[in-house]
Amino acid sequence: MLAIYKREMRSYFTTPLGYVFLGIFLAVSAAVFCFTTLFSMSSEVTGYFSTMMQCYIVLLPLLTMKLFSEEKKQKTEQLLLTAPVSTWGIVLGKFLAAYTVFASVTVFSSLYFLIVGIYGHVKVPLLFGNLLAVLLVGAALIGIGLFISSITENQLSAAIATMATLFALTFLSMLCQYIGFYPVRFVFESLSLFYRFQYFTQGIFDFAGLFYYLSIAAVFLFLTVRVFDRRRWK
Amino acid sequence: MIRVENLTKRYGSHYALNDISFEIGEGEIVGLLGPNGAGKSTTMNILTGYLSATAGNAYIGGVNVLDNPTEAKKKIGYLPEQPPLYPEMTVKEYLHFVYELKGCTLPREPHLAEIAEVVKIKDVENRLIAHLSKGYKQRVGIAAALVNAPPVLIFDEPTVGLDPQQIIEVRNLLRSLGKKHTIILSTHILPEVQAVCERIIVIHHGQIIANEKTEDITRAAETFDRFRVKICGPSSRDIRNALLSLPEVRQAEALPGRDADSFAFALECKRGTDVRKPLFRLCVEKDFTLIGVEPLGTDLEDIFVRLIENAAQKEAVGKKKRQR
Repeated sequence: MLAIYKREMRSYFTTPLGYVFLGIFLAVSAAVFCFTTLFSMSSEVTGYFSTMMQCYIVLLPLLTMKLFSEEKKQKTEQLLLTAPVSTWGIVLGKFLAAYTVFASVTVFSSLYFLIVGIYGHVKVPLLFGNLLAVLLVGAALIGIGLFISSITENQLSAAIATMATLFALTFLSMLCQYIGFYPVRFVFESLSLFYRFQYFTQGIFDFAGLFYYLSIAAVFLFLTVRVFDRRRWK
Repeated sequence: MIRVENLTKRYGSHYALNDISFEIGEGEIVGLLGPNGAGKSTTMNILTGYLSATAGNAYIGGVNVLDNPTEAKKKIGYLPEQPPLYPEMTVKEYLHFVYELKGCTLPREPHLAEIAEVVKIKDVENRLIAHLSKGYKQRVGIAAALVNAPPVLIFDEPTVGLDPQQIIEVRNLLRSLGKKHTIILSTHILPEVQAVCERIIVIHHGQIIANEKTEDITRAAETFDRFRVKICGPSSRDIRNALLSLPEVRQAEALPGRDADSFAFALECKRGTDVRKPLFRLCVEKDFTLIGVEPLGTDLEDIFVRLIENAAQKEAVGKKKRQR
């Protein structure tokens, strides 16, 4: 697992992909920060993080698109699958590599609020709550992206399929507001990844939400493992 | 070292492998020979744990590949048909990655240096794999298979796409590796197995139709029922009629490419006869000049045809016996 993690990390930064991701991420987050905080003269943190979360729809597929599709194209997956490592080791190694890149740049970009802190008052529990929320949503989204990458043969289709899926999930959460009938709304809310984090943004540590996102990520990692096992057994 | 028992792989109603069994001893170099789609790669993919089997068992050094894949994979170095290389890595980085991936515990630097020495890739160590030639890529693939010194090496068509010089180098390399490792290699090129392997397993339509020493199979291929003959005589028709008058000759076909006054024919003779002596006497009798006789059909296709015919015959005999 460690070998795969290390290789994947290195590959992000020996190909342009990692730099492109970091560049776009930082540019977008800086712009979002300006609009939600500086220009509106507000020290409010939730606006920034929830807008960033919408941007993940476009940003995170960049990180996950090549994870498995590229291996398939280069036929390198045969090396991984015939090496004495478990399928879980392979999947986890890749997931953690993508997650490390995502989490470090997310944490780094939230340092912006230090500036706000100098000139105004930042509610620290809210900041951490929001940060935790985006980190959890990110884990679930990367899990989905990883899974989609494992069922596609090239990066582009992986990226597009992931964006479409994430967009559909956002759409679902927007739809929730307009549904009066509770059971249907409940189902939609449970499916929508962009809904369950709201307690965190109010500074409340929501165990149910934590488990929700971690299990979404785990389910998709499990599905990815199954994709490989199924291919073996079919 | 390698034992395969009643291995079957089915895709829907199509049998990629149908009940094959074989055994390979330690230090043997065995060639898996067969036309494309015969089941060579499927066999290798099952042995390396990349695919599962529908039925049957495969053992590597006594470990069941299907029950305990991780343990079995430690004993195998595998070079797939297309070497699994990451173009964005340098050769050195790649070998270090494979070293870690395989959880190798041998001393890292000397082990990798030794491998680089054996497959002669020292001079490209710091180059990006994307920039290497096909021959070097193949060698890096072989190097990766050698990491962790596995007792069994499995190579899927190791010389495909290489130039003649590289083919010779790779074959020499395989032969030298054969001293320390048990090797299975697949190919559809007969001279390749003749050059490298001690034993040949021929697979056709997912079944083993021959499993013999290399000499035996090639000897079987040298038969005397097809010849190319060149005869000087008055006319192509006269010669052809005379040839057909021989009891051994089944068919005589005039070949193109006549030069001066000689004519070429492809002779097909009855199984188990040798036409050369009667042919010579015939020419003396008719006042023709025999200027060339060469046996045809020592190529792989003919061996296949022969082996498949034999297999079909055996099957037919078996059926009759069972019916009785």
